[in-house]
Amino acid sequence: MSTETGPDSEIIGDGADADRRRNRRVRRLLFGCTSITVLTTVAIFAVLFDNAFHFFYDVRFHEWLVGLVTEFRLVPEQRVAITEFLLDTEWRPSHADDPRFGILPLAAGTLLITVGAAFVSIPIGTATALYLSEYARPGTRKYLKPTLEVLAGVPTIVYGFFALTFITPNIIGPLAAALGQDVGRFSALSGAIVVGIMTIPMVASISEDAMSAVPDELRNGAYALGASKYTVSTSVVLPASISGIMASYILAVSRAIGETMAVALAAGVTPRLTANPFAEIQTMTAFMVDSTRSTMLVGSVEYQSLFAVGLALFVMTLAANLVNDYVKRSYREEYR
Amino acid sequence: MSADTERGNVREWMSDVDLRWVKRKNRLFHIALVGASLFGVVMLALLIADVILDTLIGVVVFEIDIGTFLTRAGSSDWANAGFLGAMIGSAWLLVFTLFFSFFLGVGTAVYLEEYAPDTRTTRLIEANLTNLAGVPSVVYGLLALGVFVNAMRLGPILIAGALALALLVTPIVIVASQEALRAVPDGMRNGSLATGATQWQTVRGVVLPSAMPGIVTGTILALARAIGETAPLLMVGTVWGMRHYPGPFDRFGAMPTQIYEWAFLPEIELQYLAAMGIAVLMTILLAMYGVAFFVRNRYERSY
Amino acid sequence: MASNTTNDTESLISTEVSVDRTHDQPASPETVVEATDIDVYYGDEQALDGIDIEIPERQVTAIIGPSGCGKSTFLRCVNRMNDQIDACRVSGELDFHDKNVYDDDVDPVALRRKIGMVFQKPNPFPKSIRDNVAYGLNVQGKTEGVDERVERALRGAALWDEVGDQLDSSGLDLSGGQQQRLCIARAIAPDPEVLLMDEPTSALDPVAASKVEDLIDELVEEYTVIIVTHNMQQAARISDKTAVFLTGGELVEFDDTATIFEDPADERVEDYITGKFG
Repeated sequence: MSTETGPDSEIIGDGADADRRRNRRVRRLLFGCTSITVLTTVAIFAVLFDNAFHFFYDVRFHEWLVGLVTEFRLVPEQRVAITEFLLDTEWRPSHADDPRFGILPLAAGTLLITVGAAFVSIPIGTATALYLSEYARPGTRKYLKPTLEVLAGVPTIVYGFFALTFITPNIIGPLAAALGQDVGRFSALSGAIVVGIMTIPMVASISEDAMSAVPDELRNGAYALGASKYTVSTSVVLPASISGIMASYILAVSRAIGETMAVALAAGVTPRLTANPFAEIQTMTAFMVDSTRSTMLVGSVEYQSLFAVGLALFVMTLAANLVNDYVKRSYREEYR
Repeated sequence: MSADTERGNVREWMSDVDLRWVKRKNRLFHIALVGASLFGVVMLALLIADVILDTLIGVVVFEIDIGTFLTRAGSSDWANAGFLGAMIGSAWLLVFTLFFSFFLGVGTAVYLEEYAPDTRTTRLIEANLTNLAGVPSVVYGLLALGVFVNAMRLGPILIAGALALALLVTPIVIVASQEALRAVPDGMRNGSLATGATQWQTVRGVVLPSAMPGIVTGTILALARAIGETAPLLMVGTVWGMRHYPGPFDRFGAMPTQIYEWAFLPEIELQYLAAMGIAVLMTILLAMYGVAFFVRNRYERSY
Repeated sequence: MASNTTNDTESLISTEVSVDRTHDQPASPETVVEATDIDVYYGDEQALDGIDIEIPERQVTAIIGPSGCGKSTFLRCVNRMNDQIDACRVSGELDFHDKNVYDDDVDPVALRRKIGMVFQKPNPFPKSIRDNVAYGLNVQGKTEGVDERVERALRGAALWDEVGDQLDSSGLDLSGGQQQRLCIARAIAPDPEVLLMDEPTSALDPVAASKVEDLIDELVEEYTVIIVTHNMQQAARISDKTAVFLTGGELVEFDDTATIFEDPADERVEDYITGKFG
């Protein structure tokens, strides 16, 4: 057996050498795949920042850096003032004589949609979660949960169509008439409702996970004191799972901020600084897809404004995701 | 204590606890929860009914021919407008999205689950994945516009759209694959390593085959997400009013962008074309979910 | 698990454990594995403390001791399966044929091709019986005469008579005892020198366990077997040498099995054997 062959050399591994090299090659390849995910994040930020810079100044950021080194050109020429972008109350990038680039109307549109959607998705999503976690029989769960999954899987463009052809004429129209309001083909309310509907599954499933994680001992403790199911649900389960529920709200808000097609079809294409839910508005995202219908020159202020708005959107959703990360982490610690 | 007083005490105790109000509140709460839970179901039913109804109106009232619709490219004349160009565009997008995202996603998942040491860097990479999954799809469109269309000078061609979709759904493929890999028991890995297999031989010979049903299911669901995505394609630059059958290197449109166009334009006839397009898209989606469900139930093994 | 409990209880009651090992032992068998001052840490926790042991060739060496005494940890040091645990650190020298397996130039993969392992819980792959047994051969590039080697391994694992006519059915469809013997066949198919067994019968019912024990008796004709068990009867029945580990990761006594069970030198070992402790 081992006496005639030198076992030393064998475990030092001539036999496995080729396999070991292949393993290392594969490992490097897989690490390459993984770095692409990191690269994607870096690229998103770099592309947005580089091009948004060209919205405010006459060069892109990397061009400015090159100019700084080669020609010692310190200050780029300004095209749009940052103060105008942040404070001006008009957004009309393609206006021939007097284009204006104030993001406030778009941001207000996004805010209106997000708040309106939260009014739909938060109460209904939370109630659905509570029902699934505390009340529903297994048989009911078996049908309700897949239905919610289907609701989450419907493409957003279809929700937009639904808002345009059903919600607006059948719900918003009569409501506006009853309140003596005018409503056209598009309205912020229609967009808000439909975004609310599409984020219900998100609130429901994440909140339900948090509620199911509440240990039964807590519930039994309350039942033993003579509490009813209502009391247990509202005064034991809800408080105990509050951070998970909050996380679901933040995610739903983040999703509503970034939602594009449904609001582009439902809420309209007219940037307007208003709080009237029956008015046609435009969100940041809707502006971006709407502007693709017209031809723009690469490098023009209007074209680069896409990236400036995109950067603002990215920063907003990133902030929401970071807050969510933080809330989720504190919630993990609760029962471990 | 006499029997009488005892009975008296019991009566007192019962009247002390009046449960009527508690019970009523309980019942109301229960009804409210059921109502809220039904809201989503009702909305889904209304949405489906709306699409079917509009499709029927298109066919019956406006006499849109389903055969024409399914076998012709787009046209400026609504009565002759077809969906086939958009369907071909979507098919190509799906093929390339699958190609890019599957290898990237599964490769990353295998690295994270089977190779990566448990370090700060690894945890940062995982946190970044969650973050990527939360980036709005329209931003992926801007990324593709800035990198593939402009910087790499590909122009607004189908491949650029597929790359945008691939980057968008890769985090979904990764997370699903990670879950599938985690479900493979460590005993199997140890059994393989102990027979002198390298890490890669273990992954390829034992771990991946066991995890494949879960990975396939997750990938199909990711593709289902990709096929309905509109905004990234619009940002890359789709053709408004497409009349041709796009190839991988052509300017392009796809099912959702065509639906957007029809739904957005104010002509009432186009609304019914949009409904028919949605009916086709949803049928394809349903088929994809069906396949995913089948794979999960037929091949997935629990250990 | 039920069987272990019974056996343990038995060992607690009977103070006399009979040793019936009768292998023909060469006068001075060659040492295959030699550990010198092995310490193992999991993070800050010490699992093994200065282990010195010499494992003789083609004999059964049993490692016994209470739970958490580090006996499995030691076994996993021999084929470097501990490398899989990030927090695990090993120091000291562990020689396989006079070559320290923890030297930088040793490839654990090559090492494991010389040292097979069988685990506590049967872990067949979700593949056919044939592919399970041939797995190590494929992995190690031994592509010649696979069918003969598979048959020889299955016969060697006393499984051929039961599954020889259904090699294409799934390894997962076998019973627990058959699965464990399949894993043994898988381990011996590539013809390693040493077979490590980590409580191979503890997840089996008594009948299946005794089949595996009989099998170990035959395996030792060709292989050096190191078996971890917490069942003292089993150690007494099947091993030539016995090492007793006690809590704290310490090797208290290592000697011929007969000596350990009939006349241990260390008082703690006697207490453990007779059930006063552990």
